[in-house]
Amino acid sequence: MAKSLEELQDLAKRIRREIVVMIGAAKSGHPGGSLSAVEMVVELYFNHMHIDPHNPKWPDRDRFILSKGHACPVLYAAMAEAGYTPIDQLNTLRKLGSIYQGHPDMRFIPSLEASTGSLGEGLSLAIGMGLAARLDGRGYRTYAMFGDGEIQEGQIWEAAMSAAFHKIDNIVALVDYNGIQLDGFVKDIMEVAPLADKWRAFGWHTLEIDGHSFPAIQQALAEAEATKGKPTCIVAHTIKGKGVSFMENNPKFHGTAPTPDEVKLALQELQ
Amino acid sequence: MPAKTKFEIKLGPATREAFGRALVELGRENRDIVVCDADLSHSTMTTYFAKEFPDRFISCGIAEANMTAIGAGLALAGKIPFVSSFSAFAMNKGFEQLRCCVAYPNVNLKVVGTHSGISIGEDGPSQMSIEEIGLACSLAGFVVIAPADEVSTKALVRAAAAHVGPVFIRTGRPKCAIVYQPGQKFEIGKAVELVEGSDVTVIASGLLVAQAILASDILDAEGISVRVIDMHTAKPLDRDAIHRAASETGAIVVAEEHLVDGGLGVRVAQVVAETAPCPMEFIGIHNTYAESGQPDELLDKYGLIARDVVSAVRKVLARKR
Repeated sequence: MAKSLEELQDLAKRIRREIVVMIGAAKSGHPGGSLSAVEMVVELYFNHMHIDPHNPKWPDRDRFILSKGHACPVLYAAMAEAGYTPIDQLNTLRKLGSIYQGHPDMRFIPSLEASTGSLGEGLSLAIGMGLAARLDGRGYRTYAMFGDGEIQEGQIWEAAMSAAFHKIDNIVALVDYNGIQLDGFVKDIMEVAPLADKWRAFGWHTLEIDGHSFPAIQQALAEAEATKGKPTCIVAHTIKGKGVSFMENNPKFHGTAPTPDEVKLALQELQ
Repeated sequence: MPAKTKFEIKLGPATREAFGRALVELGRENRDIVVCDADLSHSTMTTYFAKEFPDRFISCGIAEANMTAIGAGLALAGKIPFVSSFSAFAMNKGFEQLRCCVAYPNVNLKVVGTHSGISIGEDGPSQMSIEEIGLACSLAGFVVIAPADEVSTKALVRAAAAHVGPVFIRTGRPKCAIVYQPGQKFEIGKAVELVEGSDVTVIASGLLVAQAILASDILDAEGISVRVIDMHTAKPLDRDAIHRAASETGAIVVAEEHLVDGGLGVRVAQVVAETAPCPMEFIGIHNTYAESGQPDELLDKYGLIARDVVSAVRKVLARKR
């Protein structure tokens, strides 16, 4: 059943709180790129994808690959909220024995679609799944999310070329274009602009949207589904650290956990 | 193989050719078999599969990293993918993807490298894979296979498809000596004792298996009883066969067309050290890269023929007590 905008926004806020709290408890992790991806992950898991958390290996399910695996807190919170994994263990993130590993690990969470963490690999995995769906005559779709820093990896462009060549129209690449990577601003480390033009040149149907707008995300995903004969890339303009004022657009919070005081402040903002 | 019958080199198809034929048979039996290739299908011989099953053949272009991870994605979605290229490229250019997309999540991908070793000949070191057994064995959970001839390659490709989990198979370019007769049974991780012997054991893989048998005939004529074992599976090793060889013959030579560093020999040595320590000698490439030339010239120059097995046996026997 489709969720209302208000329900989605409430979920997004709750997931933002969970992200901040779990990374604070872990004392390490990647808050900025988790917070920038929240609306896209929420829309996919709670509205758009055909999935069944109680039957996670259902062969016809849609698949999601978090290629930017370091942003796993957003995925863990969404999967826990959806009922895949225990919500009361989110704060064991990154601790010995936790299913919530530092990067997504299928050995600990079998309902994950891929183990990720080494950047640049998720698009190829998605292509493999897309090809398998086509060979098997199944209608499922595969969504893969990338960081804008991540797409500096050459494998992304090998994969982009091959997806268009094989006309894999059952996959969608979502680029979380927040403009910041570990060492600073993307434009200062290794410029990726003009990003949409690059994907178009590689043969992809490419859309640019506000990655924090549910209506925009919904419209883009619908357009992707209606696009036949080529894969779709959604370049989503986002704000790193979105929702927490002192994290927004702050490269420090790519890979730094908030202190206990910062967690408190963040939670006040996320009420 | 009876020990007292003189072994004669009769050339059969290359192991890459056997791989290509085996893939077609598998493809006929199982619709989930899918093949990916990186613009070398006429050399890796996946072209046979491509011709018969064009829908299940995925051309990946010259992009091995992408190919490897596409294979992983296919496997995650329930297919049994074989990805193939020259060993030098499949392993080195796909290594990161083999580690993170295949080994660590234990994905059911089969990787077949062709043109392994220096016996590819004229193309030279950039195409000569001499490290991939070591690299493949460093991937946790991988099965690593280096068959000796056509019959063993076909059987072990089938075994790889039936095995659930990642597998690397090493094949070669040149026609190779027939070691086995059709019908011989093979099991992953179970070595084959080809020649019985009690004074010394030669543990060999790939092209060196036939050379080891030739060497055993030469030494037999001098009254030296050489056991010859085809250790077609480098991982998991047949520890029992190694333990028996070490304790019953008390001297071991390992022979492979691979760098000694990281190769089968050092893996066997670990088991020998753990079970029944004895003198060992190692035949392989020693800390260098080869060069262009004809395969036979190169195998001769780099010390990978029966003559070299014979001298290693003499050396190891001199150290035996």
